[in-house]
Amino acid sequence: MLVKQISVFLENKSGRLAEVTKILGENGINISALSIADTTDFGILRLIVNNPEKAEQVLMENGFAVSATSVIAIGVEDKPGGLSTALEILARESIGIEYVYAFVGRDGKDAYVILRVENPDKAIDVLTKNNIKVLSSSAVYEF
Amino acid sequence: MKYWNQTYECMTRDEMTRVQTDRLINTVKRIFHNVPFYRDKMQKAGLEPGDIKSLEDLKKLPFTYKQDLRDTYPYGLFAVPLSEIVRIHASSGTTGRQTVVGYTRRDIDTWAEVMARTLSCAGATKESFIQVAYGYGLFTGGLGVHYGAERIGASVIPISGGNTKRQLQIMKDFGTTILACTPSYALYLAEEMEEAGIRKEDLHLKAGVFGAEPWSSNMRNEIEERLGIIAIDIYGLSEVIGPGVASECHCKNGLHIPEDHFIPEIIDPVTEEVLPPGSVGELVFTTITKEGLPLLRYRTRDISSLNYEVCECGRTCVRMSKVSGRTDDMLIIRGVNVFPSQIESVLLEIGETAPHYLLIVDRVDNLDSLEVWVEMTPSLFSDEVKMIEDIEKKIRKEIEGTLGINAKVRLVEPKTIERSEGKAKRVIDRRKL
Repeated sequence: MLVKQISVFLENKSGRLAEVTKILGENGINISALSIADTTDFGILRLIVNNPEKAEQVLMENGFAVSATSVIAIGVEDKPGGLSTALEILARESIGIEYVYAFVGRDGKDAYVILRVENPDKAIDVLTKNNIKVLSSSAVYEF
Repeated sequence: MKYWNQTYECMTRDEMTRVQTDRLINTVKRIFHNVPFYRDKMQKAGLEPGDIKSLEDLKKLPFTYKQDLRDTYPYGLFAVPLSEIVRIHASSGTTGRQTVVGYTRRDIDTWAEVMARTLSCAGATKESFIQVAYGYGLFTGGLGVHYGAERIGASVIPISGGNTKRQLQIMKDFGTTILACTPSYALYLAEEMEEAGIRKEDLHLKAGVFGAEPWSSNMRNEIEERLGIIAIDIYGLSEVIGPGVASECHCKNGLHIPEDHFIPEIIDPVTEEVLPPGSVGELVFTTITKEGLPLLRYRTRDISSLNYEVCECGRTCVRMSKVSGRTDDMLIIRGVNVFPSQIESVLLEIGETAPHYLLIVDRVDNLDSLEVWVEMTPSLFSDEVKMIEDIEKKIRKEIEGTLGINAKVRLVEPKTIERSEGKAKRVIDRRKL
């Protein structure tokens, strides 16, 4: 159930994001979701792609500092309060969240959210028990 | 072979003093008679050659500065007729007018002798394959190592600097056992080697003799680990002879100076007083066997100290500590003396950072600023902003702790700092003073 996310170190200067997406595009890698954490000097680009191993390899070959992280992806109902149900479950279990970002699925019914938590295995367990839809990695890579 | 020249390398202090005294007295006489520049200098100081009777009298002699070589450009300090000169080398002249050094046939012989000692310190024998990746030409590095290696009877591979792919190919195919180059180039070779998929096990490298620029002990560890060798620090400067002026042995605890050729002193660069053994100060050399360009008390501008204890290797000749900076390349930032090598040590102690960094000094609103660019490496990179910011903070704190100044630390993407195949460019000083 764990989804492999690729993180890339980027300096805050123009053209860096374009460079990464160009390399991925040229290598036939499709991006399902992305988010950037930024500071004044640098940013960390986080990517969910259809082929994380290849993405990691081609980016490294092009001189980027890259790391892979395990995250979880959940589907929540696309209506007010949809996300809070899931987050409350995690809070009840005292599972801290490092960061969250959302992305859109192709069917348009559910909203999808990537979560980086302290204890992903435990998070998957409690979410599943509480009927929250946790997506399999293969399902996420195909979005 | 443990020593190249056991007689001189393992002499007792008394014997060495006798050798040095004789040679010093002769050198001073020769210089006084043959070099008007020195005769004037000595007469101004009220000195006759006869006043120099022992090593104690060395401190009476005038200093020689790099500027003196420039002022007498090109041959003004030569002590033999030019017809006796068989080789001329010159400094690059990047910090002013180039300086010219000349060698007689016997000087070339002396140079090969001291360089053979250096290479023997690194374990070289006639069975060795020595790849000389220092530049050949006016720079003394290439030819200096070359003649020493030939003197030993090793197989010399005179590839010179640059052309990294070919260096690696030859290193692998020719079975190089000893590599001679700058430490930053050794690290660059290691990097390129990994990228080319060559493992250290594929090579026959045993040792490296690295010099011509400052490097930290952490950088040594990294080179040793990545190339699978013992890395020896060597020291030299063209004015004194070139490479061969000092070299570490396998103990890696200070660099042995062939004192039967060069007498070292440590002085306070400001008061010019001679400092007692063990004190840190500017290294000064007097050559006592050179014919072409003998120098009295040459101010190297390098910062070191001297240790007269007998080394574990058995050599008795004095050891200078690794050069920790230069009095002239020294940056003065907000009144604090900063040597790039100090910052390098700080960076290397944090994680396993490959030491690629750049110091940018500027002056904003009359205040000096120091910015340190450090390349991101896989071992430093983390998916979390906070952890990266913690690394920046840690580097900043360590620099403050070591140098006593605040620096702005900026992590940059891998391979964005320019690589060099010779001396590394570590500093950009934008101050307009």
